[in-house]
Amino acid sequence: MGTFTPFTSIAETRRLLRSKELSPVELLESLDQRIAAVDPKIGAYIERDLETAKKEAAAADLNKPLGGIPIGIKDAISVAGQPLQSASRILDGYNAPYDATAVARLRAAGAVPFGRLNMDEFAMGSSTENSAFQLTRNPWDTGRIPGGSSGGSAAAVASGTALATLGSDTGGSIRQPAALCGCVGLKPTYGRVSRYGLIAFASSLDQIGPLTSTVEDSALLMNALAGRDPHDSTSLELPDEDFTAEIGKDLKGLRIGVPKEYFVDGMESGVRSAVDAAIKQIESLGAEPVEISLPHTEYAVAVYYIIAAAEASANLARFDGVRYGRRSNEAKDLASLYAKTRAEGFGREVKRRIILGTYVLSSGYYDAYYLRAQKVRTLIRRDFDQAFTKVDAIVSPTSPETAFRFGEKTDDPLKMYLADIFTIATNLAGICGLSLPCGFSNRDGVDLPVGLQLLGRPFGESRLLRIGHAYEQATEWHKRRPVL
Amino acid sequence: MSTDAPHHAVDVPYLARLARLELTQEEIDLFGGQIGRILDHVEQMNKLDISGIEPTAHAISVFDVIREDGVTESLPKATILENAPHNANGLFLVPKVLD
Repeated sequence: MGTFTPFTSIAETRRLLRSKELSPVELLESLDQRIAAVDPKIGAYIERDLETAKKEAAAADLNKPLGGIPIGIKDAISVAGQPLQSASRILDGYNAPYDATAVARLRAAGAVPFGRLNMDEFAMGSSTENSAFQLTRNPWDTGRIPGGSSGGSAAAVASGTALATLGSDTGGSIRQPAALCGCVGLKPTYGRVSRYGLIAFASSLDQIGPLTSTVEDSALLMNALAGRDPHDSTSLELPDEDFTAEIGKDLKGLRIGVPKEYFVDGMESGVRSAVDAAIKQIESLGAEPVEISLPHTEYAVAVYYIIAAAEASANLARFDGVRYGRRSNEAKDLASLYAKTRAEGFGREVKRRIILGTYVLSSGYYDAYYLRAQKVRTLIRRDFDQAFTKVDAIVSPTSPETAFRFGEKTDDPLKMYLADIFTIATNLAGICGLSLPCGFSNRDGVDLPVGLQLLGRPFGESRLLRIGHAYEQATEWHKRRPVL
Repeated sequence: MSTDAPHHAVDVPYLARLARLELTQEEIDLFGGQIGRILDHVEQMNKLDISGIEPTAHAISVFDVIREDGVTESLPKATILENAPHNANGLFLVPKVLD
């Protein structure tokens, strides 16, 4: 009987499945055993349905691009017939009646959805501490956070309990946990991947994307995920693209922008030195680093927290105890049914953002906050438009620091928000971003992963994957594993 | 956490009513201070001259996305009602609205 070795790439696993060295059911069973052995220390999985997945694996078509490959799914993305809660108590008892388009497309490529992964409630957070269910621990130091909001998706890949996972990224929620856990995470361009079946947080910013252990695996998942969907009017009709097409090409002639606003004082020194070394490495591979400016960077956090909170307060109005999920037993009338259900069902961070979002949209404040933020968003977008006339991609740290300890920022929401400073402008501008491992920083005596962020112009994912792959092949960072 | 009083004061109970969200007194006090400090940070946007700048609602603009007006299958009613906290006769049940 074949068994699956943790940390094997999708590309290699596919070969093992096709040559019958491993069957899809054996793969799933050995993965399940790995989860049972390792995940109690990590807490990436909320739950998993092995029996359903085994049936699907047994029927998998191995000739398809992802035939028989199990993929873990963030708890915000619908898998038909499975519980779905966005890690919130307000969705207690809810089962997804249909597949998200991203999941349907994975299935069409032969993949098997397996396991619900932990996250910050409604994707609001940078540490996964806002989950209503459990903490997820960083595989490199279990006293530290895995990042967020897709903390479960990143920790599962980094601890070898998933080959690949889906996450969602509204302000860095794929890239930041990928960086902090030491795996690869891609936020596609807004409009690349359908959001149908993703529980909405901030609709003008949300995008589903892959977390994987190699850059090539992210390209393989993108081949399945990307495409226009009639159920999401913001998904775009684009020519079919093979995201692996540029993988393996060299970097000669590419210009890589280094934004001076992303290399400021206050960054963790080990992050700074790892990223500086990575830029030198990329240069030695033939690309030319060019200093650029993104002058409105300092406003990104302010703009983001107004727009995201405003959109969230509107999106979360649907959770009222009437049609799905939890309902308060204390209600006397319809008004108190809403207010009490929401009081019982939402956690603190979600309530805080609903209040903030309601404030910036309320009469008398709309122009001063929401409208002004949308105008500054235009300036931030123009910064990137300008930069991409001069460079093919932009390089920066994914996060100014490595994984912090549990509880370190929970009392001060603003401090938590500022942790996203390098990732949120990407979502405001709608462009694509890739995070991949670029070294380690010693923090309090522990080596913690550092993420390198590559940003690309709209629909420039293939170029980012090419640069990421070339860098990855020239380094060994992605081969280091946490001791579990 | 900063303990300085924020410059911005927000009427949290009023906003909670607008949002149909019941809050405890502790949450009202906590959020008042925290949101005030977030708004103090947001204040920096006022340094910018935004006259003549168009707002961005969506980063990648798409206009007039119109689909064919065709009849397609919907999810079965029973599947949807299975998720309802209370239902009967194919309807969602809620507390009495009118006496």
